[in-house]
Amino acid sequence: MMASVSMNGSIFIMKIIVAIKQVPERDAQVRIDSSAKWIDESDLQFALNESDAYALEEALQLKEKHGGEVIVLSAGPERIGQTIREALAKGADRAINIACDDLATRDALSVARLLAAASKEESPDLVLTGLQSEDLGLGQTGVILAELLGLPHATLILHVEKTDTGLNVKRELEEGWFQQIEMPLPAVLTIQSGGNKLRYATLMGIKKAKTKEVRQLGAAGLAPDAAPVVALDQVTLPHKQKSTQILPGSPKEAAAALVEKLKFEVRVL
Amino acid sequence: MSEIWVVIEQRDGRIARISLEAVAAAQGLLKKVAPTLKSVAKTVNAIVIGAPAGPMGGELGNLGLEKIVSIEHPLLAQYTADGYTLALEQFFAQVQPEFVVFPHTYQVRDYAPALAARLGQVLISDVIDISDGPVFTRQLMQGRLNGAYKHTGTGPCLVSVQAGAFRAEVLQTAASGTVGQGFSPDKEPPETGRALAPEARSSGAVSVFTPTIEPAQIRTKPGQPFRGSAQTVDLGSAQLIVSVGRGIKEAENIPLVQALATALGAELAASRPICDAGWLPMERQVGSSGQTVAPKLYLAVGISGAIQHLVGMKAAQCIVAINKDPDAPIFEVADYGIVGDLFEVVPALTEAIKAAKQ
Repeated sequence: MMASVSMNGSIFIMKIIVAIKQVPERDAQVRIDSSAKWIDESDLQFALNESDAYALEEALQLKEKHGGEVIVLSAGPERIGQTIREALAKGADRAINIACDDLATRDALSVARLLAAASKEESPDLVLTGLQSEDLGLGQTGVILAELLGLPHATLILHVEKTDTGLNVKRELEEGWFQQIEMPLPAVLTIQSGGNKLRYATLMGIKKAKTKEVRQLGAAGLAPDAAPVVALDQVTLPHKQKSTQILPGSPKEAAAALVEKLKFEVRVL
Repeated sequence: MSEIWVVIEQRDGRIARISLEAVAAAQGLLKKVAPTLKSVAKTVNAIVIGAPAGPMGGELGNLGLEKIVSIEHPLLAQYTADGYTLALEQFFAQVQPEFVVFPHTYQVRDYAPALAARLGQVLISDVIDISDGPVFTRQLMQGRLNGAYKHTGTGPCLVSVQAGAFRAEVLQTAASGTVGQGFSPDKEPPETGRALAPEARSSGAVSVFTPTIEPAQIRTKPGQPFRGSAQTVDLGSAQLIVSVGRGIKEAENIPLVQALATALGAELAASRPICDAGWLPMERQVGSSGQTVAPKLYLAVGISGAIQHLVGMKAAQCIVAINKDPDAPIFEVADYGIVGDLFEVVPALTEAIKAAKQ
């Protein structure tokens, strides 16, 4: 589908790529694996990374307003199929997955190179992704992707508005401050959570998702293997910053013990 | 040249604390890597970008820095990722740094990954500790695990440091010269570089670097920062705070913690997801995107303790956590903890506090 802008800017078919990641479920009990280089994934449940869910929501709302196409782009092992189907069920039109079993040992540049190569083939008007993943928390993929694609970018975006000349986006700053940014298209945005209300997949959506296209790409064909410039050498348990006194017993006993502490130690009662 | 450079971020013409912490982190890093550095640098260097350094020069002069460079250009007056990336790319091409240390701010998160990619590098972001190697520790899995990272490539190693992870106080000691930690601003190392103006080599003096930037290279047009909503709640001055997180499950359950806050005479606050969902107003949010608090008591209910939240409340004098997950990161910073179902513990606690107050 070609993107086009009419003279008055009223018709714009936007082709939007949403780069998503599958991460361990939020409350999952994560354990270090035997190599101490990553986590044991065997008994883990996985889900769509939260800020990526907001990126998808923003894309779907833009499509509803302006027309166009939403393409989900991901890189990961076979299990990611479930998360891709969920995104398609919510309304994405099709998906591209880069089959990749070694995500944990690739650095952010290497992953972004794969995503950039797959994006380039589609010539999107807009690339959205979450501001950071809940597992590695690097918060870099979208920005590196923009650099590799040679596109302008903005991060921590809560709201996206299409204008005659491109986009007007609302960026979150620190400590309750915000900023509007004007930028041309095509562009890359990293989306902060909370800007929209997330939708649920409908039964109809789930049914439709089964027939939607999921294109599988091989990592090797997209970007040459480069030695990582940064390596995760070891995963460890964090050191406790304080020695926490756990108050045991039934809820009532623990509550009573805490009141004692608040009264005589913390002196706030 | 192979040296350590720190990128200082200014806010309203002042150096933000996190930038001082970045200087401290860089000084610590220098001690770890000094034997392997090609140069004989005794201390680290700093960069400020944008507006003329002016009054900040004095502030920087007390930090025991070797060189201070102000990267100045009219197109850098307001921050843009394009402008900062270009400016630093050009400056680093000249000084060939071995390490670059950034404060892990929203601004750095916006441009440093692109800058790193342009240099063929990956930013090691949000670092909380630097040990021999150097090994850079950063958090994984929302703070449940730590990851030890190494720079394995050739070329500059870029790291950003988390707010509060490195102590800025040590800088004062170093600058006052009371501790002989290898900082000797009065002794000039043999200078081999040609790139900078001579005045840049004297400790504390500010030299100017002017990058080449064309207006067309700045592709985004940022507006003036504005406040999101009227701030009618000043959590920053609250002495007692009860804060609620995802564990509360539904908006209908918020009154449960409101009752606890009322019994205690505390302000009610929340972690980001609660405000995102609209269960409590944004102005009650504690964390990196909300308010920073330092009460006598911070009682965290159903908050797992992701770093974005911890940076906003870890300065509290006493932290109490109620959470069903004994491995939740909030227990790493808590003084007292109750591991249990908040729907049982909170009502019991509310009653116990009411009874104690009678």
